[in-house]
Amino acid sequence: MNAPILLNTSHFEQPWTLGNYLKVGGYQALRRIIESKMSADEIIAEVKLSGLRGRGGAGFPTGLKWSFMPKNYEGDKYLVCNSDEGEPGTCKDRDILRFNPHSLIEGMAIAAYTMKVKVGYNYVHGEIYEAYERMEEACEEARKAGYLGNNILGSGFEFDLHNHLGYGAYVCGEETALLESLEGKKGQPRFKPPFPASFGLYGKPTTINNTETFASIPYIIREGGKKFADMGVPNSGGVKLFSVSGHVNNPGNFEVPLGTPFKKLLEMAGGVRNGNKLKAVIPGGSSMPVLPGEIMMDLNMDFDSIAKAGSYLGTGAVIVMDETTCMVKALERLSYFYFEESCGQCTPCREGTGWLYRIVHRIETGEGRPEDLDLLLSLCENIAGRTICALGDAAAWPVQGFLKHYRSEFEYHIEHKRCLVKA
Amino acid sequence: MINIEIDGKHLEVENGSTVIEAAHDAGIYIPHFCYHKKLSIAANCRMCLVQVEKAPKPLPACATPVAEGMKVFTASEQAVKAQKGVMEFLLINHPLDCPICDQGGECELQDLAVGYGGSASRYKEEKRVVLPKDIGPLVSAEEMSRCINCTRCVRFGIEIGGQMELGQAFRGEHAEIMSFVSGTVNSELSGNMIDLCPVGALTSKPFRYKARTWELSRRKSVSPHDSLGSNLAVQVKDNRVMRVLPIENEAINECWISDRDRYSYEGLNTSDRLTKPMLKQGGQWQEVEWQVALEYVANGLRQIKSGAGAEQIGALATGGSTLEEMYLLQKLLRGLGSHNVDFRLRQADFSADGKQAGVPWLGTSVAELNKADRFLIVGSFLRKDHPLLAARIRSAVKHGAQANIIHSADDDLLMKISNKSIVAPSAMVASLAEILQALATEKKVAVDNSVQPLLQGVAASATAQAIAKSLASGERGVILLGNFAQQHPQAAQLQLLAQNIAALGNAKFGFLGEAANSVGGYLAQAVPGASGLNAAAMLAQPRKAYLLLNVEAELDTQNSQQAIAAMQAADMVVCMSAYKHQGVEYADVMLPISPFTETSGTFINTEGCVQSFKGTVKPLGETRPAWKVLRVLGNLLKVQGFEFDSSEAVRDEALNGVDVLSKLNNSLQGLTVQTVSTTGGLQRVADVPIYASDAIVRHSAPLQATQDAMAPCALMHSDEMKKLGVKSGDLVKVNVGQGSAKIKVSADDTLPDGVVRVAAGHAATAGLGAMFGSVTVERV
Amino acid sequence: MLSDQIQTQINRELGKYPANQKQSAVMAALRFVQDEKGWISDDDMADIAVVLDMPQMSVYEVATFYHMYNLKPMGKHMLTVCTNISCMLCGSAETVAHLSKRLGIGLGEVTADGKYGLREGECMGACVDAPMFTINNKKLCGRLTNEKIDQILAELDKQ
Ligand SMILES: Cc1cc2nc3c(=O)[nH]c(=O)nc-3n(C[C@H](O)[C@H](O)[C@H](O)COP(=O)(O)O)c2cc1C
Ligand code: SF4
Ligand code: FES
Repeated sequence: MNAPILLNTSHFEQPWTLGNYLKVGGYQALRRIIESKMSADEIIAEVKLSGLRGRGGAGFPTGLKWSFMPKNYEGDKYLVCNSDEGEPGTCKDRDILRFNPHSLIEGMAIAAYTMKVKVGYNYVHGEIYEAYERMEEACEEARKAGYLGNNILGSGFEFDLHNHLGYGAYVCGEETALLESLEGKKGQPRFKPPFPASFGLYGKPTTINNTETFASIPYIIREGGKKFADMGVPNSGGVKLFSVSGHVNNPGNFEVPLGTPFKKLLEMAGGVRNGNKLKAVIPGGSSMPVLPGEIMMDLNMDFDSIAKAGSYLGTGAVIVMDETTCMVKALERLSYFYFEESCGQCTPCREGTGWLYRIVHRIETGEGRPEDLDLLLSLCENIAGRTICALGDAAAWPVQGFLKHYRSEFEYHIEHKRCLVKA
Repeated sequence: MINIEIDGKHLEVENGSTVIEAAHDAGIYIPHFCYHKKLSIAANCRMCLVQVEKAPKPLPACATPVAEGMKVFTASEQAVKAQKGVMEFLLINHPLDCPICDQGGECELQDLAVGYGGSASRYKEEKRVVLPKDIGPLVSAEEMSRCINCTRCVRFGIEIGGQMELGQAFRGEHAEIMSFVSGTVNSELSGNMIDLCPVGALTSKPFRYKARTWELSRRKSVSPHDSLGSNLAVQVKDNRVMRVLPIENEAINECWISDRDRYSYEGLNTSDRLTKPMLKQGGQWQEVEWQVALEYVANGLRQIKSGAGAEQIGALATGGSTLEEMYLLQKLLRGLGSHNVDFRLRQADFSADGKQAGVPWLGTSVAELNKADRFLIVGSFLRKDHPLLAARIRSAVKHGAQANIIHSADDDLLMKISNKSIVAPSAMVASLAEILQALATEKKVAVDNSVQPLLQGVAASATAQAIAKSLASGERGVILLGNFAQQHPQAAQLQLLAQNIAALGNAKFGFLGEAANSVGGYLAQAVPGASGLNAAAMLAQPRKAYLLLNVEAELDTQNSQQAIAAMQAADMVVCMSAYKHQGVEYADVMLPISPFTETSGTFINTEGCVQSFKGTVKPLGETRPAWKVLRVLGNLLKVQGFEFDSSEAVRDEALNGVDVLSKLNNSLQGLTVQTVSTTGGLQRVADVPIYASDAIVRHSAPLQATQDAMAPCALMHSDEMKKLGVKSGDLVKVNVGQGSAKIKVSADDTLPDGVVRVAAGHAATAGLGAMFGSVTVERV
Repeated sequence: MLSDQIQTQINRELGKYPANQKQSAVMAALRFVQDEKGWISDDDMADIAVVLDMPQMSVYEVATFYHMYNLKPMGKHMLTVCTNISCMLCGSAETVAHLSKRLGIGLGEVTADGKYGLREGECMGACVDAPMFTINNKKLCGRLTNEKIDQILAELDKQ
């Protein structure tokens, strides 16, 4: 196993300090591009070469996204980091914020240099206040040391970064809801087009990336895109942080190359708890369809492999469920989440998520009806792809996934008014 | 222009338009709820989903821009499935009790559910309950469970009304439309939210459960309440006006009306309507036959004419009277030999009379206001005096226009104001002079000799310079003189200055007409001309007889105290009125005449648009249209040329086939000006509150229950209050001219020093003298 | 009236945003009020609207949209337990049950002495530390066991 890239300060007692970050080559990439006056096109080419795909869930190629920013735009442009990690199962960005905040700052400064942006915001999930405070301190540290501010490293390059704390709304992870929230409004997603690259924060061109995406940048610039790409597999370049939670002995975040076999990741997390049998895995955060354990055991953790198996890599949050898990109960909780978190703006999601939850809840509590399962699937069809943002899809996919692989468990619940697992 | 195809139809559409616009223009209907052509796009209802070739998912037509070669299918299997899916979601939590819903019959949800709804609901769970809200006397939010969260009402408030009074609180399924802390909605345009609401969530509070919509017949009319002339649909049941709605007219009111236009009808059938002619005999009022009353009037006028002379007769009309009424009134007077006729009841300065090149008007079309890029608005309570013109100016400002203000009060206009000069009334002339001065310097040109005297010793302030810069930098400037400027004692000088500023700044200039017929009154010749007395003179030099047409002298005049005194001293006062008002104390004859809903007539709006309308209901009781009453009086008095058999005939004679627009001209020539020095002390600033503007609105109970109709206070800067030793809430005695009133005092630090703001048009302040001039305030 | 401390905090926060975008500080302003008073009243919202020059209704929309704002008092120590999937798999039901028993209140309730409040929260973005709760939205306590909960409560009892 190579030395960590994203959590490359983790061997220090205080991994978050600027001093420690500098010891592992921190801010060298930023210094290099500034001193060598590296052009924006060169940087973007390097990022494209790295094969880096967005780590926020959708896996959009980062280099391509950066190239969408209007180049000769007069006036303000913005850079935004999405640290609103709230996709159940996901908690990787928190560790970057807590343990390696300067890698994010450096990554954003490089992005800002590339896209000629002077101001950036880092939107932090409300519940991880300690990480927000850590970021506030790190930014102050960077400002004092000349890595942020209006004369970065004495070059005249100007970029400042501010942290903004969310306060309990999952939907603000959706990039346009996040922008609305930054503007001091309700976090209701915007209809796209126009996309943020042309109409973003305060109506100005804006690029938004996930925390882990930005944190991968310094390495790519320092060591070259190719080196990063080669660590992964084709179409899934580089390393990634996987959050492994649920029924494992040693839950945690693990930084491994993309394409690492799931089996190996499970081992790193100490295996299934109490030696139990693996039942099911949600491979990419709660919104992604669930996959049965046997299928997972043969899969590698990269975008294409998981997609081929009928789910998505998403945020790389692996939720492990052992044989004691009631799938109806698990889906009930997930459906409740999307019902709770719908922003209420568009009809199918506002009305549909509550309906889905209520049906699953009825089934779980022994009030299910035989026609309910088909009704659920029909409602999913009426929600997915009909909404302003992908929260509608996120509510539908788990239902479809659970019913695809565990329909009989639901049928048992309806027929016997009790759980198959505990029976 | 680009080419697209919708449902197989080839269309050439404007680049930048949306699929729904293209479809609707081509007569292809796409179901929708949240979309409204006058509001921003929310794309939240998802009802308008359509299939677009090559798109993997159905797209919302309201938010999808057209693109070259695009193929859209609005009724394909994919589209209809999506639309039906959305409809099902909309209905699961919506009460299905259309028969008892107030919106029944005009509900967009009900209409669409017939086409897109399923037969039986698959939703077996409990329906959501949303608690009713009380948001004031005009708009009912009793049925919020019916709300489909389209947010049209919220967007209307923010985007058109200029203020966010309603919002969508909470989230997800708990999202609710409400106001902050159960506050009332106070916008003067609030009723439009009812029209916008596609379901029965927001309804008209006064109309609620009064009638089913299909029982109503719909008649066209024109608003008599302001100079815009909004087009109205008056809805009638059993010969009674039940409701008033807008008729869309893009050039005038677009698709809106003000609350004043919408709810004034509630004042039409109140118990103090005058329904029988009445005579005062021996101090006692007697109901009499029309014949008796009219003969009495004719006799009286004949006697005064032969005794004291025709010039002892004066006639006053409100600017909200119809063209026909005013034409016959002046014709009658002139037939008797008197030229004392006027409709400009609140005007103080008549020095422009005879020097005016034509009829004063807006100076531009109403629609062009949206396109102006610079405004200088002088002396206007804009939002309250002209609610929809204000909305147009607001829209222009939203699109980048700069608004500059000169006024004696600083009411929130709910739009961005670039520069403002808030000064005492006596300083307004100087304020405008400063702008002229600064503009001349800016443009390096000399000002016209005619205004030189007003520029003596004037030094442009920073604000004046900023306003001059703003005007100079625009291409489509408009300078507007509001009601306050027109009522000002130096109105002609303000006009002259505005004219010169407009000339230097390449701007248009005009008047925000005070009343429905501010233009029409001139065209009806209801002005004295060289040989008659104007409105102010008729009251300052009391006449022996007065004919009052729609006028409540105590509320509708510049100097109400003086007006009441003149009426009381006269030998004969004839009130032609729809109401028994304070006139019963000074009148000798009360003749019940029709309000606008009960007569045909014509209003010529402030841009010169002639709009005739028919009566919508039969006159109440023995009420008669005023034009008929005046015609009979003319006949009784044997005045020549009174053989009219229709109001149209009166109108045609009044307008005489001349193009109205050719008569409009704001140019003022040959005015001699001199600077007036003011004495120190406090000056009165008087507004006519929006729901005090005419007799009908003053009688509308729902309008009188709004915040805008609160009893008038004496408003002044807290520094002035300190000097007087009074505090907010104290009762004070306010003295203006010969009159006084006891009202409460209240602090308003947006007012300039040296002024007391006391509203006119209200019984509580009717005892006061002129709307402008010195005022004293005493503690009581 | 907002306290001087809150004013100062808001002013500092305003420095992050463009001068004509004061509204961006509304989330922080509401948080400062809640940190100081434990909850946010209608008057506080009206005050914030004035300071940030935004419609009152807009402040209310924000305060009701984000679930970590308390629009009523929620106790001196408000414990928010995550019950989402990873926490549920790791026994959050037991966490809630234990807290309920110890405090004598259910979810959404406050103890009679106003000392503790208990709420349910959605995913906190710390799933590998399941099960967990936060104290006053500030401190996250994870990998909870009944013993660990008792220890934390003992600490809080002392404050
Ligand atoms: C409902 C919803 C929630 C999301 N939550 C997050 C999140 O917590 N963090 C994140 O980075 N992206 C999240 N996303 C994805 C973002 O919209 C966006 O795609 C991402 O921030 C882009 O960054 P990337 O290209 O670096 O991945 C979410 C999307 C949706 C629809
Ligand atoms: S899909 Fe849900 S969360 Fe997304 S905009 Fe629509 S209502 Fe809001
Ligand atoms: S009309 Fe298009 S989404 Fe509502």
